[in-house]
Amino acid sequence: MARKLLLEHINVPGIHTLDVYRQKGGYRAVEKALKTLTPDEVVEEVKKSGLRGRGGAGFPTGMKWSFLAKPEGVARYLVCNADESEPGTFKDRYLMTHIPHALIEGMIVASYALGAKTSYIYVRGEMMPQIRILERAIAEAKSAGFLGKNILGSGYDLELYVQPGGGAYICGEETALLESLEGKRGNPRIKPPFPAIAGLYGCPTVVNNVESIAAVVPIINDGGDEYMKIGIGRSTGTKLISASGNLVRPGVYEIELGLPVEEFIYSDEYCGGIANGKRLKATVAGGSSVPVLPANLTLKLANGEPRLMSYESLSEGGFATGTMMGSGGFIAFDEDQCMVRNTWNFARFYHHESCGQCSPCREGTGWMEKVLHRIEYGHGKMSDIDLLVDVAKKIEGNTICPLGDAAAWPVASAIRHFRDEFEWHVREPLKSLETNYGIAKYAEPIAKPEVTTEN
Amino acid sequence: MLKVEETQPVEFSSALTVKFEEITSRYPEGKQKSALLPVLHEVQAELGWLSPAAMDKVAAYLKIEPIEVYEVASFYSMYFLKPQGKFVLEVCRTGPCCLVGAEKLMDHIENSLGVKEGEVTPDGLFSWRGVECLAACGFGPVLQIGPEYTFYENLDAEKVDTLIAELRKK
Repeated sequence: MARKLLLEHINVPGIHTLDVYRQKGGYRAVEKALKTLTPDEVVEEVKKSGLRGRGGAGFPTGMKWSFLAKPEGVARYLVCNADESEPGTFKDRYLMTHIPHALIEGMIVASYALGAKTSYIYVRGEMMPQIRILERAIAEAKSAGFLGKNILGSGYDLELYVQPGGGAYICGEETALLESLEGKRGNPRIKPPFPAIAGLYGCPTVVNNVESIAAVVPIINDGGDEYMKIGIGRSTGTKLISASGNLVRPGVYEIELGLPVEEFIYSDEYCGGIANGKRLKATVAGGSSVPVLPANLTLKLANGEPRLMSYESLSEGGFATGTMMGSGGFIAFDEDQCMVRNTWNFARFYHHESCGQCSPCREGTGWMEKVLHRIEYGHGKMSDIDLLVDVAKKIEGNTICPLGDAAAWPVASAIRHFRDEFEWHVREPLKSLETNYGIAKYAEPIAKPEVTTEN
Repeated sequence: MLKVEETQPVEFSSALTVKFEEITSRYPEGKQKSALLPVLHEVQAELGWLSPAAMDKVAAYLKIEPIEVYEVASFYSMYFLKPQGKFVLEVCRTGPCCLVGAEKLMDHIENSLGVKEGEVTPDGLFSWRGVECLAACGFGPVLQIGPEYTFYENLDAEKVDTLIAELRKK
């Protein structure tokens, strides 16, 4: 069995309460940090652990913390990003529902490390039940003396609040989140300045994902060196993977980074294979924004070696044959799924969620949705396929925030790997309305890479 | 049929104003605009939607311009700018849920309730709409019902019919 750091006690009855959470060793990290470590020493442990941001970007958390500006007499803020909205991702909801104190404990330790006296957990508005769970847990922690004035006699004060969003994917982008927390539309800000210099109310701010903050607890308990021993290479520790789509056992799994993708999909310890005895056609490995891969490239690298669940292995081969770890939203598609329909669905999502600030994204996402809709519904032209590639290229890299890239990559990658299916839709409009293209060659072993010489 | 006088003045209950005070106390001095999103949720939970009169009242309470409330209320998808049914069924319509039958489920809800997406049933009880990913992809299809945002997972046509029948009795 793989080691579990975050979900070890998930099945213990009453683990959402402070008492049971403490019986299972909860709030040791707060005691250890506040009584025996300086804030800088906490930052140092997190740096040593190699923990990388679990929200999607994979940026080293300790390094992000060390960038925080500390001007005299200016408040600093820690804001937890619990605006989990990336299609395919549902790990943060799971963690907050079942072990809310893991997040709160992490928030206290992280706030102490950063010198924040007020911290916010920005939860997407739809998660009202989770907001109530967190508010109850905060009240429990406060009456036990883990929040408020002079925590555990250390002289450190902290107030922690939950802020609901209003239903906008874009608020998962950290500067849009800060705008939203200030009571405005979620329009991402131009960087620089980065939030570490000018974030919430213009003050130095760190924004971290729920899972990153919760991971600070085991890092402080066992030390950064212990955490670093888990995983592979620069992908240290454990990661929550949200598995969805056509799987026997979808759900949230904690894996040690470096687990082979094949084992994750097919072993009984994890997803248990493809549902209904079907075959795997494709996967989106890290949430809807990352490139989609056909089954063969999901399981193996272009050189035939097994692909692993790690930041490096998932992105091996770049966008030509690889994808990204992203938020760990693992979506599996069986042989009956239509890649054109799914790409259209995602394109509609990004069009709906574009904040409208930058014209390449505002207009481009709409065009992609429209063109994909007509291909899916039998009115496509062969030239539409290249048109989509062209639009995607013109959005990518030309917007303030990464939503533009996130909208472009699923479309570009679907055409890169499943072009024959798109062409079939155009050639056989009537047939494509009734049947699906099927699995074609997507599950076959990868052909030996062709060696081409450029003239 | 629902009839609404948009210019009709609104009154906030005293429980609501108590909540407003608690919410605004979470932010530093002078940053009370931060309370806007949570306050709008509370108003919608009490009134069912955000009428212009209600938004003006929120603006006055937070000492901001009405346009600052309108632009926020129209940006975020959770705020209703027109009256809805008493129960709004919000079904996730994004990729992963569609892999496990969300589209069929929405067709079924449309037939069961007899109204199109965004419309209100003649008895004023129900409306429904497709919403984007609700972060429960492994338990799809899913739907939520405000203002508590009660969550229903692993749905099929039968379960939705039972749910609708139960809500009718409430």
